[in-house]
Amino acid sequence: MRHLSARQRAGQILLYALLIAIAVVYVYPFLIQISTSFKTDEDAATNGISLLPQVWSFAAYERLFANSDFPRWFFNSAVVTVFVTVGRVFFDSLAGYALARLRFRGRSVVFAALVAVMSVPTVVLLIPKFLVINQLGLFNSYAGMILPLLVDAAGVFIMKNFFESIPASVEEQARIDGAGTFRIFRSVVLPMAAPALVTIIILSFQGSWNELSHFIVATNDPALTTLTKGVASLASGQLSQGSQFPLKLAAALIMTLPVAVMFFVFQRRIMNSTEGAVKE
Amino acid sequence: MATKARRVGSSGIRRGEAAAGWLFTAPVIVVLGLFLLVPVLMALWVSFSDWAGRGSPFAGSVSFVGAKNYAAVLVDGGLATRDFGTSLRNNAWYVLLVVPLQTVLALFLALMVNRSVLRGRGLFRTAYYFPSVTSSVAITVLWLFLFSATGAVNGVLGWLGIHGPNWFNDPRGIVHLLLGAFGASDGPAALTQGGVLGVSWWGWLAGPSIAMTAYILMAVFTTSGTFMLLFLAGLQNIGGDVEEAAMMDGANGWQRFWRITLPQLRPTLFTVLTLGLIGCWQVFDQIYTGTQGAPGKTTLTPAYLSYDTAFRTQEWGQGAAIAFLLFVIIVVFTLLQRWVLRDRPVSRRRIRAYEPVPAKEGTR
Repeated sequence: MRHLSARQRAGQILLYALLIAIAVVYVYPFLIQISTSFKTDEDAATNGISLLPQVWSFAAYERLFANSDFPRWFFNSAVVTVFVTVGRVFFDSLAGYALARLRFRGRSVVFAALVAVMSVPTVVLLIPKFLVINQLGLFNSYAGMILPLLVDAAGVFIMKNFFESIPASVEEQARIDGAGTFRIFRSVVLPMAAPALVTIIILSFQGSWNELSHFIVATNDPALTTLTKGVASLASGQLSQGSQFPLKLAAALIMTLPVAVMFFVFQRRIMNSTEGAVKE
Repeated sequence: MATKARRVGSSGIRRGEAAAGWLFTAPVIVVLGLFLLVPVLMALWVSFSDWAGRGSPFAGSVSFVGAKNYAAVLVDGGLATRDFGTSLRNNAWYVLLVVPLQTVLALFLALMVNRSVLRGRGLFRTAYYFPSVTSSVAITVLWLFLFSATGAVNGVLGWLGIHGPNWFNDPRGIVHLLLGAFGASDGPAALTQGGVLGVSWWGWLAGPSIAMTAYILMAVFTTSGTFMLLFLAGLQNIGGDVEEAAMMDGANGWQRFWRITLPQLRPTLFTVLTLGLIGCWQVFDQIYTGTQGAPGKTTLTPAYLSYDTAFRTQEWGQGAAIAFLLFVIIVVFTLLQRWVLRDRPVSRRRIRAYEPVPAKEGTR
């Protein structure tokens, strides 16, 4: 490569040192989390910063899996996430396709309403959502946990943008061959939309797995507690006397794993999807 | 309806398209209408009613009370007003610190990671982005540990000879602490006498409490990665030709950043500031998981207060009123920020500086 002067080289080294230092600050907390989950309570309380447990202890994990509702929480989170993700992939792409390609009266009104909906802050909807879920008799049910999350305006928006970016010629050909609209959608359009669908899968998986506030207002039955709600209750002292950080950190760690795995599998895709979302 | 549809609607190939269009969008319309539009209207009614949480808010026993709930929160001067004022104070300091810090840090990281000479760019990018994918609950649990009295943060501060505070249990405001260091531990009478929303002027100036500061650091830690990606996308869109030209003309790195790169990043900057502002006024998950407003109500936020007032205190009307006030705050701030960052007519000298920049905003 280019020849660097001594000054440039020093600058270069300084830059790397700085970036590595920042990276350590960003990553070290998670390493502490992993190691602390294998520590004893006293070890965690006295050696908060060390990465090696004095004695390896699996007590936190035994407690979580053998002696608590943790497996139940995990199951509930998994159920909600699967249904929400499948629902969003299907309904978001249907609506996105209709808004991008099909000509019908009122299309622009539907689209404008969608954009308006996207700008309503979710936290403002806490009490309102409870009111409707309660009124419909969906309080404390999987339906009440899943249905309100089943579609999302942002996902429709992403799918619409995607369909507008691919040429319509293939569909036109299928149409001329006499295929119906849904048939075209299922066997011609959806396969082409795979990249955008992956984006929807990532976003809805992450969104519903990490969702907290909706489940707080939709349920209060312990049997329907999700991971986020359960771990939040752990943090505020349920199930534990004193601080018991290894237990809490182990629970938070297991909760993070599925999202972390997905992140590393789809890493390239996640980085690009965010780019796609801004470009509009 | 179908008879007046465009001519294509009745021709062979496009037959049934209108019906399909409505059918395809129906699930989205129904779900969003039912769980978004209807709820907002219902809550609007509740905020003007004396509904106490039992039965339907539309039952005959529930009556219209006018602006009573809004008055309790805004002007009555009782506990509800004081709590709302306190939560606004806390959240305002949070916004004031988090938004600039996360934006500057994200932009800095993006500029560094975007340098073509940098090796291991992907690795750095992954490290900086990872905290953004984890859930707010998991991060809060981790943060409670890191910032505990004997935690890692105080451990590091100890190496530097600083005795760290008991972060999440410390209600002292950092501006008050700073002033106290200069001997001004009690506010002047002019500031402690008067006030607004049940909080004295001196109370408004307290700054974020030490507990809130830990949340502020957490917000910067978890969002800077996301916004770094947005800035990276923006940087890749503007390309390097203009910057190269400026380099040829002898502009140094600092000049190139302020005169070339930053003006071209304006649309991304706008997005980042808007998302940051909206997100920062909605702090809920962290407070619910962590401190629930404690210590001394210094981590109370309007979003959490709205939830707490409705679901715990069972003052549903007031809770809904707080939610709508929060909505208004978010809208006002978004508009204000849009106005501040609007495209201004630029001076002739500036125009000359920008002249060679081609319009890039519309390109994909």
